Amino acid sequence: MQCSQNKIGELIAQSFVAALLAAVLFLHFIGLHTVDQAQGLSISPEWNNFALCVAGVFVARFVFGVIGFLKAKPTEAKKPLFVLPTSHAFYNKVLLGLFIIVVVLPFTPVSSRYVLDVVTLILTYMVLAYGLNLVVGLTGLLDLGFAAFYGLGAYAFALLALQVGLNFWVALPVAAIIAGCAAFLIGVTVLRLRGDYFAVVTLGFAEILRIVLLNWVSLTGGPNGINGVPRPTLFGLSLERTVPDGFKSFHEFFGLEFSSTTRVIFLYYLVLALVVLVHILATRLRCLPLGRAFEAVREDERASEAVGINLTRTKLAAYVIAAAMGGAAGAFFATRQGFISPESFTFMESALVLAVVVLGGMGHPLGLAASAIFLVGLPEIFRELQDYRMIAFGAGMVIIMLLRPSGLFSKREPAIKLHNRK
Amino acid sequence: MEYFLQQLINGLTLGSIYALIAIGYTMVYGIMGMINFAHGELYMIGAFVAVVTVVAMNTVGVVAVPLVILAAFVFSIIVTSTYGFVMEKMAYRPLRNAPRIAPLISAIGISVLLQNYVRMAQGARVKPLQPMVEGRITLMERADGFVVSLSYLQIVIVVMAVVLMIGLTLLIHKTRLGRAQRACEQDIKMAALLGIPVERIISITFILGAALAAVAGVMVVLYYGVVDFYIGFLAGMKAFTAAVLGGIGSLPGAMIGGVLIGLIEAFWSAYISAEYKDVASFCILILVLLLRPQGLLGKPEIDKV
Repeated sequence: MQCSQNKIGELIAQSFVAALLAAVLFLHFIGLHTVDQAQGLSISPEWNNFALCVAGVFVARFVFGVIGFLKAKPTEAKKPLFVLPTSHAFYNKVLLGLFIIVVVLPFTPVSSRYVLDVVTLILTYMVLAYGLNLVVGLTGLLDLGFAAFYGLGAYAFALLALQVGLNFWVALPVAAIIAGCAAFLIGVTVLRLRGDYFAVVTLGFAEILRIVLLNWVSLTGGPNGINGVPRPTLFGLSLERTVPDGFKSFHEFFGLEFSSTTRVIFLYYLVLALVVLVHILATRLRCLPLGRAFEAVREDERASEAVGINLTRTKLAAYVIAAAMGGAAGAFFATRQGFISPESFTFMESALVLAVVVLGGMGHPLGLAASAIFLVGLPEIFRELQDYRMIAFGAGMVIIMLLRPSGLFSKREPAIKLHNRK
Repeated sequence: MEYFLQQLINGLTLGSIYALIAIGYTMVYGIMGMINFAHGELYMIGAFVAVVTVVAMNTVGVVAVPLVILAAFVFSIIVTSTYGFVMEKMAYRPLRNAPRIAPLISAIGISVLLQNYVRMAQGARVKPLQPMVEGRITLMERADGFVVSLSYLQIVIVVMAVVLMIGLTLLIHKTRLGRAQRACEQDIKMAALLGIPVERIISITFILGAALAAVAGVMVVLYYGVVDFYIGFLAGMKAFTAAVLGGIGSLPGAMIGGVLIGLIEAFWSAYISAEYKDVASFCILILVLLLRPQGLLGKPEIDKV
C-alpha cells in the first residue's frame, strides 16, 4: 500500500513536470495570440485556451501513467496489440477482396462523386507508392525527392498534350519514359553515394526541379501553373459535354444522357488499371533476376557485389523503373486535375509517399494499400477540420512510427527460399 | 569592387546565421548518426518566440530596445530548447533501436506537426516587426553614389555568432560535458559501458542545438523583420547543406560550411540570378557530395564489412 502511494505521488510529480514543460511550450503560441492590426502586431492573450491545453497535458500524462502502472502489475506476458497473420497467402486473399470491392464500388449505393474522388486519390498514391517501394522497400535506397518524378511526369504530360498535341494514350507513356530518362541522368551521377547522402541529394534535385518549374515562366507558366490540361479520351470518344471538332463524345455515340459522373468513373477505372499494371510489374519483377538483385543489394551491398551483381546498374534499374511509375502517376494526376502548378510537387508530397511506403512496411502490397488508405484517405475525409487535419497527420506519422517502427505489415518474405522451412 | 564588398558583408551575415543552425544538424548527426529533419522547425519556433516576446513587451509598455532584445533572446532560447528536449524525448528516444528509417519518418512527422501547429496558433500570415536596431557605418562610397555600408545589426550578428562558436568549441574541448559528448560521438556503446549517461548527453546535445537555432531565429527576426510558419524548411535545408559541405559530424566544418553557403548565396543572387538563388546551394550540395563526399573537414568514411 505504501508502495502504491509513493507511486501515485511520483506520478503526480511527473505529470506536474509535464504540465510545466507544456506551459513553456504553449505560452508564446497559444497563450500570447498575436493579431494583425493597422499599426502592426498586437497581442490578445487567450489564457483560457492556454490553461486548457496545459491542464490537458497534465491529465494525459497522469492517465498514461496510471495505464502504464496497471499494465506493469499483472505478471502475465506482455501481449502484442494485435497479432497479424503471417502467411502471405492470407494477405493475397485480403488484397484480392479489396480489389473486388474497389472494382464494384462505382455500382454500389455508397458510390458518389465524393467517394469516387477519394478512392481515385488513394489509388493515385498507390501507384506512386508501388514505384517508390521499388527503391526504398526493395532496393533499400532512401529517396526523399520522389515528387520530382511525379511532377516531371505531370508537366511532361501537360506540355506534350497542349503544345505537341499528343493524345492521352500516347502522352502518358511518353511522360513516364521522360521521367525515367531524367531518373537515369540523375541516377548515373548520384547512385554512387550511399545512405543518407543519397537521400539528401535526391531531396536537392527535387527542390531544384521545383524552383525551375517556378521560375521558367515561358515554358511552365511559373507559379500560375498550366491550365486546361486535356482530359483523356476513350477510343477517340471524348467524355466532355462539348467536344472539339473532329471528335465524337461518349454520350452522343452511345445515345446516353450526358452525365459528369461518367468521366469520374472513367478516370477511376483508368487509375485502377494503372494500379493493376504497376502491381503486376512489381510482383513479376520480384521473380526476375533483376528483382532478386534488388533485394540482395538491400540486404548486403558488399556480398551482392562479391557474387557478381553490378551495384550501380541494379540500383539504376530500380531508380529508373520507379521514376517511370511516378511519371505515369503524375501524368494521370495532370489529366485528372486539368490544372497543375509547382505547389503540387513540394517536399510534402515526397514525404507523404515515403510515409505511405514506410508505414506499409516496405513489403507486401497490402501494407501499401492499408497505409495509403490511412494516410491519404483519412486526411481527405477529414478535410473539413482544416488545420487540425495536418496537425493530426504529423502526429499520426510520429505515433505510428512509435507503435510499429517497422511498418504496419512488416513481415518480409524473401522472393525465393532454398528449402521450404516451416 | 564596392558592390563586391557589400555582397561580402551580406553573405557573411547570412552565413553566420546558417552556421548556427548547421551546428545543430552536425552535433546530432555526429552522436546519433541521424538527420534531424525537424531542426529547421526549431529555428522557426525560435524566430516566432522572439516576435511574440517583442510584441508582448511592447504591449505591456516595455520599450527600451536593449531590454526587449535581451528578453527576446532569453525567452527564445528557453522555449526552443524545451521544444528540442521534448522532441527528442517523445519522437526519437523510443526509436533508438528501430530501423534507421523510422526516426527519419518520425522527424518528418514532427516537422509537419510543428509547422501546422504554429500556423494554427498564430496564423498563416507573415508576421512583420518594426526594425529595432538601426544605424549603419558607411565604409565606402562609389562615384555614382553606391554606398557600401555595414549596419550595427550585421556587426552584432557576426560577432555574436563568432563568440558562440568559440564558446561551443571550448565547451566541447575543455569541459567534462564536452568530453562525454566526444566519447559518445566516437562510440556510443562503449561510452555507455564506461558509465557515461548517454541518454542525458543526447538530450543535452539536442538542447544545445536548439538553443543555437533559437539564437539564429532571433537574429533573423531582427535582421529581416518578418517571420512565417514556413521559414524553417528552406533554412533547415540550407543549414543541412552547410553541415554536409563542411563535413557532417565536424563542428568547425559546420561553421565554415555555413559561412560558405551564405557567401555563395549572396554572390549568386548578386551576380548570376536572384530567382535561382535557392538552386545555388543545392547545386553546391550535389557537387560536394559527388566530388568530396566526406565534406571539407570530415573524416572519410571507412567501410567495414
